[in-house]
Amino acid sequence: MKQVIEGSHAISEAARLARVKVIAGYPITPQTHIIEALSEYCEDGRMDAKFIPVESEHSAMASVVGAASTGVRTFTATSSHGLALMHELLHWAAASRLPIVMGEVNRAMGPGWNIWTDQTDSLAQRDTGWIQLYCEDAQEALDTTILAYRLAELVNLPVMVIIDAFFVSHTYEPVIVPEQSEVDRFLPAYKPKFEIDTNNPFALNQMAPPAIYMEMRRSVQLAMEKTLEIYNRIEDEFEDVFGRRYGGMETIRCDDADIIIVTSGSATSTCRLAVDELRKQGEKVGILKIKMFRPFPAADLAAALSDVQKVAVVDRNFSFGAGGIFTQEIKSALCNCAKRPDVFGYIAGLGGRDITTDTFKDIYFSTKNMTAPKIDSQWVGINEELL
Amino acid sequence: MLHSNIADQTYMTPGNMSCPGCGGGIAMNLALKALGEKTILVIPACCWAIIAGPYPQSGLKVPILHTVFASAAVTAGGVRAGLDMKGDTETTVVAWAGDGGTFDIGIQSLSGSAERNEDIIFVCYDNEAYMNTGVQRSSSTPYGTKTTTTPGTGWKKTRKKNMMDIMAAHRIPYAATANIAYPDDLVKKFQKAKAMKGGTRFIHVYATCPTGWGIPSEYSVKIARLATQTNIFPLFEVENGTDYTLNTKGNRPAEDYLNIQGRFKHLAGKDLKQIQEDVDRDFELLIKKVGH
Repeated sequence: MKQVIEGSHAISEAARLARVKVIAGYPITPQTHIIEALSEYCEDGRMDAKFIPVESEHSAMASVVGAASTGVRTFTATSSHGLALMHELLHWAAASRLPIVMGEVNRAMGPGWNIWTDQTDSLAQRDTGWIQLYCEDAQEALDTTILAYRLAELVNLPVMVIIDAFFVSHTYEPVIVPEQSEVDRFLPAYKPKFEIDTNNPFALNQMAPPAIYMEMRRSVQLAMEKTLEIYNRIEDEFEDVFGRRYGGMETIRCDDADIIIVTSGSATSTCRLAVDELRKQGEKVGILKIKMFRPFPAADLAAALSDVQKVAVVDRNFSFGAGGIFTQEIKSALCNCAKRPDVFGYIAGLGGRDITTDTFKDIYFSTKNMTAPKIDSQWVGINEELL
Repeated sequence: MLHSNIADQTYMTPGNMSCPGCGGGIAMNLALKALGEKTILVIPACCWAIIAGPYPQSGLKVPILHTVFASAAVTAGGVRAGLDMKGDTETTVVAWAGDGGTFDIGIQSLSGSAERNEDIIFVCYDNEAYMNTGVQRSSSTPYGTKTTTTPGTGWKKTRKKNMMDIMAAHRIPYAATANIAYPDDLVKKFQKAKAMKGGTRFIHVYATCPTGWGIPSEYSVKIARLATQTNIFPLFEVENGTDYTLNTKGNRPAEDYLNIQGRFKHLAGKDLKQIQEDVDRDFELLIKKVGH
């Protein structure tokens, strides 16, 4: 049924429909609405689940690690400093091979305090072993959360479903909320591959000496590679039931493009408008939207980008001393291709600053007019007088 | 023949990695005898994360979920929630942490879990310093102790944190001290805690560390007994945060306990006098709380 709901609540609805059994939550703007709704569902019986109002995000993740180890479906959600506080447990959850799903709302890291959107919080967790899926709007967030459980339980890795602060989390949009029977058809009852059991005692997450540690890490990477292999098949199954699919990445008007703009998150919607306008002016420009960042679909990206002349990557994030994080990863995906485009890196929209259609047009013409990219990322819309 | 409430059945294998005379090992062996096979242990970083053994072996015959240093209580609460949703009400979930994972880095999640009255038993096996990392001071380290981070004349000048008062202030159903030198009392308290399902139960176990305390391993139980006989570690229970019961009353001077341990050997007469005054004042306070 189509309903007008907040992006945050699109994720809450998906967790409800996934028949999650244990939810731990701690409030942080702009994530709070996700867990608020879930605590209501647990209280009023719309969910048969336990909600644990923990005392920190570190404890939220520790709590769901404990619960998931017993072989039940779990959920938590966080943002920004909450995610940073969880960092230790993100490693723990992934290497425990627990299929935890977490809603993550991209918010800037302080100081200064800033509650608005910025991807640096989740990208700083890229090496923890979590699958990361970036969503453009509320419908995609709902669909991706349901899909995340299917994926997580097949590969035994945790999944982060990521939306932009406010632009998605607090924006009301028409969203098709599926029927429970449809979700049940796509997402079967959870059958854990392992669970703590007093009838079969073993130790989980115990000391791992050098003779075994490397194989344990390799097994996480093999699960990441399997994720790339099976993602399309899971989307086929999803499409069969719900009629929608997104792809690990999406190419828009790229067939004859000379320049492709790489985007992620809600800025992609703005970029779609900018590209429509540029196309009307005769500019040969397309979009590559990245949804899956971990595992990084390097081969697909290289195939999609290697024939184009120039690529402009728009990063709403930054790695100090290096550059935009998507730019770095795309460059590394392309570096061994015989034929590869010039990659131009742009930093825009940090800490919730608007990325408008004009921002994308400026980025497009800047890329078009430059003969070669600069080594460093170019910061868009910087007020030099404030530096 | 001596009558004892201690079961013959054991859940700890001889091949574990504890040091000779380890009080933490004795504590675990006794605790599991009381708790039985329907027990899940949650162990954060601490000596027991090592003692239990490396992959793929285990030194215990009950399941263990190892978790991060700060998170013993809340991970155990998560396990409990998962079991509850599966309809398993029989299994006892036990967080088993050292003093660092209880008094210091673990206190936030312990306090949060106790305030929520999570249905777990939290055990602190207290060896009064960070022993697994090589004897660094913790907030459980008593006044007067020399550790590797309170060396020389910089021996610890502040007092041990009163964890039982903190837990009692949470008004949890049950909090108790126990001592490896009093096995019947220890086992009785674990059995009682197990039977009191439904809320947070806290057991503070005195656990000697010959390696960190500078004592011969064969003195492990003797020194533990002296801790209670000198009232330095009194045995008592607190129900619902206010109802105190004293289990033993000591009458020996603190010096009997202090003088035979390497960690205290630098203390002068005035320091020992100070410690005796502190012990006496604390014990008086406890007697007042017991009320009889």
